[in-house]
Amino acid sequence: MIAITGARVIDPATGFDAVATVLLRDRVVVAVGASAIPSDARVIDAAGLVLAPGLVDAGVFRADPAACHAGGITRIVLMPDQRPPLDDPALVAFAQAMGKPDVWVHPLVAATRDLAGQELAEIGLGQAAGAVGVATGRLGIASSAVMYRLLAYSRAFDMTVVSHAEDAVLTAGSVATEGEYATRLGLAAAPAFAESLAVARDIRLAEATGARLHLRQVTTAEGLDLVRAARARGVAVSAGVTPAHWLLNETAVAGFRSFARLSPPLRSDADRRAVEAAIGDGTISVIASGHDPRSQEEKRLPFADAAPGMAGAETLLALALSLVRNGTLSLAAALKTMTAAPAALFGLPGGSLSVGAPADIVLFDEQAPWRIAGDRFIGAGNTPFDGIPVAGRVRMTIKGGDIVWRA
Amino acid sequence: MPMPPNPVMLAGTAPAGVHPFPHAHLLGLAGLQPWEMLYLLDEAEQWVELNRGAGKSTGSGGSKHDNRLAGLTQINAFFENSTRTLLSFEIAGKRLGADVVNLGVSGSSLKKGETLLDTALTLAAMHPDVIVIRHGSSGAVQLIAEKLGCPVLNAGDGRHEHPTQALLDALTIRRRKGRIEGLTVAICGDILHSRVARSNFQLLAALGAKVRVVAPPTLLPPHVDQLGVDCFTSMDEGLKGVDVVMMLRLQTERMDGAYVPSTREYFRFFGLTEERLRHAADGVLVMHPGPMNRGVEIDGRIADDIARSAVTEQVEMGVAVRMACLDVLTRSRRGVPGWPPVGASL
Repeated sequence: MIAITGARVIDPATGFDAVATVLLRDRVVVAVGASAIPSDARVIDAAGLVLAPGLVDAGVFRADPAACHAGGITRIVLMPDQRPPLDDPALVAFAQAMGKPDVWVHPLVAATRDLAGQELAEIGLGQAAGAVGVATGRLGIASSAVMYRLLAYSRAFDMTVVSHAEDAVLTAGSVATEGEYATRLGLAAAPAFAESLAVARDIRLAEATGARLHLRQVTTAEGLDLVRAARARGVAVSAGVTPAHWLLNETAVAGFRSFARLSPPLRSDADRRAVEAAIGDGTISVIASGHDPRSQEEKRLPFADAAPGMAGAETLLALALSLVRNGTLSLAAALKTMTAAPAALFGLPGGSLSVGAPADIVLFDEQAPWRIAGDRFIGAGNTPFDGIPVAGRVRMTIKGGDIVWRA
Repeated sequence: MPMPPNPVMLAGTAPAGVHPFPHAHLLGLAGLQPWEMLYLLDEAEQWVELNRGAGKSTGSGGSKHDNRLAGLTQINAFFENSTRTLLSFEIAGKRLGADVVNLGVSGSSLKKGETLLDTALTLAAMHPDVIVIRHGSSGAVQLIAEKLGCPVLNAGDGRHEHPTQALLDALTIRRRKGRIEGLTVAICGDILHSRVARSNFQLLAALGAKVRVVAPPTLLPPHVDQLGVDCFTSMDEGLKGVDVVMMLRLQTERMDGAYVPSTREYFRFFGLTEERLRHAADGVLVMHPGPMNRGVEIDGRIADDIARSAVTEQVEMGVAVRMACLDVLTRSRRGVPGWPPVGASL
C-alpha cells in the first residue's frame, strides 16, 4: 500500500481539487481524501506537489516507456504508423502487449491496408485484438469514397476514427505552410486551407454516417471554426492538437531548422492564436505530445529531406502548463485534456482517480523552472523547443502502483 | 569642423570603420548589407579587365591569370547537375591560381547511401580552402557550411538562393546602365521555383531598384508581394516602362499541364517578343540566366540582338564575380592585411 500525503489532488474526471491523501493498493486507487493512513502504508510526502491521474497521451508514433515516464505519461494511444503498419490483428495484439508493464499501449488499428488509403483494413478484427480506435495514420485518406466507407463501416464497431485532416493531394510534396516565410526560404508549401478542406469533408462524412470522428490535430482558424460549428449542431467530432501548434508559428523554421519540420507544418501566428483560443473555449479537447522520436540521421538533413515530427513525451506537461500560466485554462481543465478527455474518447481505463481506477499517478511541481534541452532528454532529442525555459517538472510517475520515475 | 547633424548615407557607402565584408561564407544575399554587395561588385571589375586580357596592372602582361590563390584547394561540390555554373566556378578558380577539383553528382558517395553531412565531413578532412556547393534542397548549403571549417560559397540551393547569379546580373546591369538605383527591373517567368529570382529580389531591392515579377499565377510564389516586389500576370502591363527585363527559364517538366498548359500557350502570353518589348523603356536591357528555351520564354531574335541582349555578357560577368567572391572569402586564409586570421571572429 502507498499513501501519498500533502499533495494538491486534482481529478479532472470528477472536478475534485483539494489537498488530500491518496491511497493505492493492489494496483488501484482505494481512497482519495482518507483521513487515517493505514499502518502498513508506505507514506510518500508530496507536500507542495500536484497529484493527478497519469497522463494519457492520445496519438504517439513510438512506444517509448522511458521518455513517457519522465513526462508523467502512463498510457499512450499508439498510431498505426509502425513498421509494418498496424493493419493486421496480430500486429495490433503485439503492439498492445509491448509496453506492459511500464506503459500501457492502446493501439489504433490502421484504417486501410498498408495505410495506403485504398482498401479497408480489418478494423473489426483489430478491435477484437485490442485496438481502441481506427486511424488514417500520419497522412489523411485522399479518396473521399474510401473515407466515406471507413466512417460508415467503423460505426458498426462503435470505434472512434482518428483522422489526419490535410488534403493529401494539395499537400503532396510540401513541407511548409504557404506564406512569406516559405517563399523567402524557398520551401515547397501548401496553403493552410488544405486543412479546412479536409476538415470540412471529414465532418460532413461523419455527419452523414453518424460515426465518431477525432481530428488528431486541427491547426488553423478555418479548420477550428468548422469543428466549432459542427459540434454546436451535434456532430460527434472532437479535435486535438500538440503543443507546437499553439506555441510556435512558421517563423520557427527560420534557418532551415529541421526540428521544426512538423506535420501539419507550423502555421501563421493568427492560426497559432486561433489554436490557443480553441483550447480555451473547448473546441480542442485533447492535447497530445505527438511523440515521434527521430534519430540524427533522419533530422540532420536539408529541411525538405528531413523526416517530420518531434519528440514530445518529456515536454508535454510543462508545455501544456503554459496554458495555465497565460490564463487559457485552469489547471484542472489543462489536465483534463491529457487525462479524462482522451480516456473517455477511446474508452480507456485510467485518466481518473475514482476508487477502483488504475493506480496510475503523476506528481509534479507546477512551478519548478527548467530549460528544455534536447541533448539531455532520456529519449531522442528532436524537439523544436530546444533552449526554451518552461515551468512544471514531473517528480514522480506511478504506473499500476509501481514507482517508475522520480526526479 | 563640426559634423553635419544628419549625414546623408548612400546605400552603397559602408559606415566608417566597418569591415567591407565581415562574413566567413557567402550563403545568400539575405542578410548582406548593401555596401557589402557593392564591395563584391567593385572587386569584380578588375577581373573583368583581366579576363579580357588587359591585366597589365597585375603584371600578368595580358595573360588571363593571377596567382593569388596559388596553393589553395578549391572544391566544387555540385550535388545537382550543372554545366555553366560549374564551368564558371572552375575557370574563376583556375584564373586565380587555385587547385580546383570538381565533385559531380555521379562521383559523389550520396549515391552509395552516405548522408550529406558525412560527405561534408569527408570533404572537410581533405583540408580544402574554399568549397563551392550546389544542392537541390533549400537550406542544404547552410547545413553543410555549419559543419565545415572553410569558406563556403553557395552556387544554388533548391529554390532558396543563388547569390553569385544575382551579383553577376547586378554587375551586368551596372556596366550597361551605369547604375542600379532607380531602375525598374521586371523578372519574368517561373518565379515559384527560381532561386535566381529570390536572390535578385534581395540584391536589387537593397541597391535601390524597383522590382516587378511577371508570371502566370501558378508560377508566382504565394505572398511574394510581401518580399517587396510588384506582381503582374500580364506581360504587357508588367513590361510597361521597365529598364531591364530578366527572363527566367521554364523547365520542361513544368510545362505540359503541370503549371502551364503548353509551351505554345506560354510563349503566346508570357514569352518575350518584339511587340511586348515595345512596352518597355527605350534602351531596355534583356537578360537571361541561361540556358535559354528559344521560342518558349524568349524569341530567339531578341536573345541574339547584342544591342539589347546581355545574355553572353552575363556569362562573362559570372566569371569575374566568382573570382571576386573566391578572392574575398579566402583573404583571411591568405593572411591579407586587414582581414582577420582564420579562427578569429569576423
